[in-house]
Amino acid sequence: MANLIETEEERMLAGAARRFLDDLAPVSHLRQMRDRMQTHDPDLWYQMSAMGWAGVLVPEQAGGDDMGFSAAMVIAHELGKTLVISPFLSTSVIAATALRQVSGSQATEALASIASGGITYALAIDEGAKFAPEASQLRARRDGNGYVLDGQKTFVVDGSFADRLLVLARTDNGQTLFDLDAERPGIRRDRMKTIDSRDAATIRFDGVRADFDNVLGHFDDAMTVLAPAIRAGQAALAAEMSGLAAAAFGMTVGYLKERRQFGVAIGSFQALQHRAAILWSELELTASAILNAGRMLDQDLDNAQLAVSLAKARATATAKLAVAEAVQMHGGIGMTDAFDIGFYMKRARVSAEWLGDYSYHAEQIAQLRGI
Amino acid sequence: MLIDQQDTEAFRLELRQWLAANCPAEMRDGARDETAACWGGRSWQFSSEAQKTWLERMIGQGLTTPTWPREYGGGGLERAREKVFFEEMAAIGARLPLVSFGIWMLGPALLKFGTDEQKRTYLPPIVRGEIRWCQGYSEPGAGSDLASVATRAEDRGDHYLVNGQKIWTSYADKADWIFALVRTDQEAPKHKGISFLLIDMQTKGVSTRPIRLISGASVFCETFFDDVEVPKANVVGVVNQGWDIAKYLLTHEREMISAGAAGLTGGRSIAQVLASQDSRLTDATLRARALECEIDGLAFGLTLERYKDQAAAGQAVGDASAMLKYMGCELNQRRHELLMGMAGMAALEWDGDHDSLPADWLRSRANSIEGGTSEVMLGIIAKRVLGLPG
Ligand SMILES: Cc1cc2nc3c(=O)[nH]c(=O)nc-3n(C[C@H](O)[C@H](O)[C@H](O)COP(=O)(O)OP(=O)(O)OC[C@H]3O[C@@H](n4cnc5c(N)ncnc54)[C@H](O)[C@@H]3O)c2cc1C
Repeated sequence: MANLIETEEERMLAGAARRFLDDLAPVSHLRQMRDRMQTHDPDLWYQMSAMGWAGVLVPEQAGGDDMGFSAAMVIAHELGKTLVISPFLSTSVIAATALRQVSGSQATEALASIASGGITYALAIDEGAKFAPEASQLRARRDGNGYVLDGQKTFVVDGSFADRLLVLARTDNGQTLFDLDAERPGIRRDRMKTIDSRDAATIRFDGVRADFDNVLGHFDDAMTVLAPAIRAGQAALAAEMSGLAAAAFGMTVGYLKERRQFGVAIGSFQALQHRAAILWSELELTASAILNAGRMLDQDLDNAQLAVSLAKARATATAKLAVAEAVQMHGGIGMTDAFDIGFYMKRARVSAEWLGDYSYHAEQIAQLRGI
Repeated sequence: MLIDQQDTEAFRLELRQWLAANCPAEMRDGARDETAACWGGRSWQFSSEAQKTWLERMIGQGLTTPTWPREYGGGGLERAREKVFFEEMAAIGARLPLVSFGIWMLGPALLKFGTDEQKRTYLPPIVRGEIRWCQGYSEPGAGSDLASVATRAEDRGDHYLVNGQKIWTSYADKADWIFALVRTDQEAPKHKGISFLLIDMQTKGVSTRPIRLISGASVFCETFFDDVEVPKANVVGVVNQGWDIAKYLLTHEREMISAGAAGLTGGRSIAQVLASQDSRLTDATLRARALECEIDGLAFGLTLERYKDQAAAGQAVGDASAMLKYMGCELNQRRHELLMGMAGMAALEWDGDHDSLPADWLRSRANSIEGGTSEVMLGIIAKRVLGLPG
């Protein structure tokens, strides 16, 4: 079993990330973007790329830093603490992991562009209210020397601004993953107004033409490429949620020490002490699942689903508890828009659904454990 | 000896071969419950020849206490090898050769606070399973408020004279010695007048009376001290500063209870039970709850490993052991409720006090009481870990 303590490098990475983000992307930055209805900040992403984050999973020969999944999760955790809006998950974790599964100069060039911050990606898989890649219905039919795509994708995260789309389509004998320019004729993107103020789009495909070399991996076999990419995305999202939960918890404990009622700090009431202690205990268990998922992904990407689903399930449950307890223990101020905790609650709800909710991951675990 | 092997992977291979050749078949049933275990002690009756052979062979390799220093008969294994040891033991379903309060609680406290003389005297008989210890902390008037212990030890020049009563003393009727918290200063504030004293249970004036549990078995006792003379050399650490030792020992006790609760040294896992019955849960509500319990159990198991990794890297677990205790015990109770539900009416028959599902289910209710209640654990987390006031 891998060692489950943070390495010195990971601690340094987290520290550097924290300093950078506190400076450039505190929660007030999200608030400004929300107020301006802006869902992407190209300048911020450019600076994050300069930190080496865009290329965290890009091989060195393609100009990346190739730091591995644990490192990507350290960054995601820090992003989660201040609810930073960025294409990190879609582009640098999911798309980069997918592209790494295929060989060839085209993929290498795409990876190089990701690392430099030159292109962004969005993953277009969902069609219904729940994450269910296998149930995807968008059709790609063979036509001359290419394919034609027809159908609709919903809740495509970062889909309204991404330069390229990874599109999951149903083909003759299975599913195929396409890597398409988001501006292809026939693609219509409508930005959704999401509760967490981040980017997501509904995307229509009407007779969109794709070439043979738009197929990522093999025809009729999307999952060889897509499954590891989704797995990496789930793990990074879980890490982001654990950062979110840790920050909400930190605000709550701070408030318990500061807010006075009945002449004493409210943190001296045993009812609240026990709630805080239970919440901290839950955070500790989730932190272990997160660390373990990173280690397992780095060790054996193909066999890490149990670890990843465990991390996503735990992070989903813990983040939900952390934000609910945070609002409760803040009292009235916790319900105001002027106070930040509401942003945490909204983001926790969105990330609970994205890439599989608690039940979805529990079911993965059930299959793997025989329950 | 096995432990002389330099390289960790070479150690693994050597250990694997050694276990294959030396672990008796009867000791490979994966049994982890209190009753299957060998507890040692003067009056220990081996349940089989295999149990005895297994103990002797493991003592020979220092593997009854794999991480203790070799000078006291331990294995001296560092963390990476300790992991290898438990992985290889688990791979063949080997039982632990010896379990005891000496190994879990007293040993770590003596290693930290004992004199050289005390370590040389008391540790090797623990390693070899010759002396069995019990824990004399709780009293009728001192439960959660442990520091108010009233059993008194009066200084009589060359010895202490001990009078008082302990309660809930697990296995006191089977133990050879007891480590007890006694009051040596009546005037000082309650935390400052306690000493940590080692008492031979055969001394005149020590008596025990078993108490029956709701689970049938009678593992704990009332323990009485009437004018018991105890040599002064039996105080561990500094007189009147026993509370520090008491607390340190409790962190080990809590880690031990939580590890047991996690199913690593005791209990059953839901997945294991289903696998052994070659079945799956069909009732949707039960299955959903079982899944949640399994998820939390997996995360808890990882947390135990993470804390051990941290301890090995020099970050003592300390007060966070209260979290392990709290979460592990609540989980174990949830798991036992579910196991009873899964077994349905088949688990309603009273099939004995030992290794029985209903008895274990009832026994699990004690998890959130023994070693400090869940409420006390949450208080420790709130105040000492989170720094909340009051
Ligand atoms: C199976 C078993 C084995 C045991 N083995 C041993 C042993 O070997 N040696 C030994 O010394 N002891 C042993 N104990 C005793 C155990 O440590 C005590 O039972 C425990 O510390 C609780 O003390 P109490 O029973 O007096 O309960 P009390 O302290 O009276 O508690 C009663 C209730 O009040 C709550 N409570 C108390 N104080 C507070 C507070 N400040 N805030 C909130 N709630 C509070 C408790 O949580 C509990 O719910 C054992 C107990 C059991 C059940």
